[in-house]
Amino acid sequence: MVGKAEKLSVTELRHKAYTLREDVIKMLEHAGSGHSAGPLGLAEIFASLYFDILHYDPKNPEWSERDYFFLSNGHCVPIQYAAMAEAGFFPKDELLTLRKLGSRLQGHPERTKLPGLENTSGPLGSGLSQAAGVAHTLQHIDKQLHRWVYVVTGDGELDEGNIWEAAMFAGKYKLSQLIVFVDRNNIQIDGMTDDVMPLEDLHGKWESFGWHVQEIDGHNIESIIDAASMARAITNKPSVIISHTIPGKGVDFMEYDYHWHGTPPNSEQAKAALHKLRTLDGKIRGEHE
Amino acid sequence: MSHYPLVENLFADDAAQEPIRAGFGRGLKAAGEKNEAVVALCADLTDSTQMSKFKEAFPERFVEIGVAEQNLVTVASGMARAGKIPFTSSYAAFSPGRNWEQIRTTIALNDQPVKVVGSHAGVSVGPDGATHQMLEDIALMRVLPNMVVVAPGDSIEAEKATAALAENGKPSYLRLAREKTPIFSTADSPFEVGRAYVLREGSDVTLLGTGTMTYQLLVAAKELDNMGINAEVVHVPTIKPLDKGTILGSVQKTGRVVTAEEAQINGGFGGAVAELLSEELPTPLIRIGIQDRFGESGEPNELLDHFGLTGGKIASKVKQFVDTTPQYHKGF
Repeated sequence: MVGKAEKLSVTELRHKAYTLREDVIKMLEHAGSGHSAGPLGLAEIFASLYFDILHYDPKNPEWSERDYFFLSNGHCVPIQYAAMAEAGFFPKDELLTLRKLGSRLQGHPERTKLPGLENTSGPLGSGLSQAAGVAHTLQHIDKQLHRWVYVVTGDGELDEGNIWEAAMFAGKYKLSQLIVFVDRNNIQIDGMTDDVMPLEDLHGKWESFGWHVQEIDGHNIESIIDAASMARAITNKPSVIISHTIPGKGVDFMEYDYHWHGTPPNSEQAKAALHKLRTLDGKIRGEHE
Repeated sequence: MSHYPLVENLFADDAAQEPIRAGFGRGLKAAGEKNEAVVALCADLTDSTQMSKFKEAFPERFVEIGVAEQNLVTVASGMARAGKIPFTSSYAAFSPGRNWEQIRTTIALNDQPVKVVGSHAGVSVGPDGATHQMLEDIALMRVLPNMVVVAPGDSIEAEKATAALAENGKPSYLRLAREKTPIFSTADSPFEVGRAYVLREGSDVTLLGTGTMTYQLLVAAKELDNMGINAEVVHVPTIKPLDKGTILGSVQKTGRVVTAEEAQINGGFGGAVAELLSEELPTPLIRIGIQDRFGESGEPNELLDHFGLTGGKIASKVKQFVDTTPQYHKGF
């Protein structure tokens, strides 16, 4: 499905996810600010998107046959930047400019700054409806039924009313080319999603809005790829894939801890995090240790 | 200076009137005929905002969003990403009233050529009252980088403005009014985004009007004639970017300025002119419009009178201003 870009095997995708995590840790440490937990938890989903699922050409980001990808929870953009750099949209060196003055890699993504981004996001809840606008155009106006519109949203983001306006809209127009990954990591800035604003029955909510719903382990590459494939096979409704993930995945002292939602690692913590990632939490010897 | 054609029987009792939004309805349909990329989205007010003409002509390019203004503009942003030129319509109180942040992030910062059309702006909405009388939209939209802001003076101009915005490639706001408004421009009158037009030359004071107030300024200027005051009337349909050259040229000549708008003067059109003049050509100025308060229920003409926005009321205010304020001339 990758079109003019590189496609990897499942084993390679697992490794790619860890490479993306290392990139994210280095970027955040260098930037000195940013979000750690969400991007780390999304590594397998982004590895799968950019190296298996999405159809695109990194040398021609505006390619007229491409799939669209919308990041709705813009604060997780470090993992997208890492995936884009690995995919060849821009040189990997540029990753360390994240959040610096003059950088194309803004703290939250800006379409007009970096070719390959489809939207500008940060304020939550609006990426899904922009994606729905594209999906509606492809399906009902331009009749380009072979192109797909993928979205990643957070779970805390689902507190936003705009999300449910978009969900109702996509259900009404049966936007079957719209496929949404919800990063169900159970944390948001003020604490656990269940405490801040409970989302359950999340599966039932989406279903009642007219969506096809799947629930997967968001760290299992095969599940991610299979779910996307299943979503593309559903031709009469939009699809949501509720992806259960561990925030901070791969760095034990960050995992499950909402305090890491909006915090970057300092240099000691980054060193420890990279060690964890490179050794798969001590299970193997790191290449660069 | 080129001559701006005005309708002949401008002040006759039976002078033609039409809601400004009707011109938008015709203009949008024409824009749709001219360019297949034009699409229209509405939030459950399709007849009221006059988008129905487009919907009937191009049902496949019309999208009903329901009462969801945040979704209205963000879906439009997505459609622009997919190559379309989306026009969104609702009442100005709701769009851009409710969805300003979505407009800021996904249209202005994201630099997408979405046209936000706010109908039923101003106090002349009438009996619906303050909740529906949008007075803050000019301020909200003109503060946004990348955003073009246009308030046509009558339905004929609204038609031209709609056509122009369909082709300008920029995020834009089009401000429309509900009630019938006297028509002062003709099919031959010019309209270009970013241009202001001298409708009537004068030497004692410059009256700058936008939207529905321009006609009232023409009425006021006629009354001022009888009071021995020779007023220049400049129509400023584009509030952003302001036509600095035309405004400064007129003000330099008259040395006194009055702005008029059916909106909050704070941050509104009067605010924009005050910003321009205080930096480029400080000149005595009064701003006619809504003075830091909300509207209320009433009949449209009653409300215009109540808020001092009729030609007669404006003329008295201008007279007092002229009588008490020396003309400022450069070098002074």
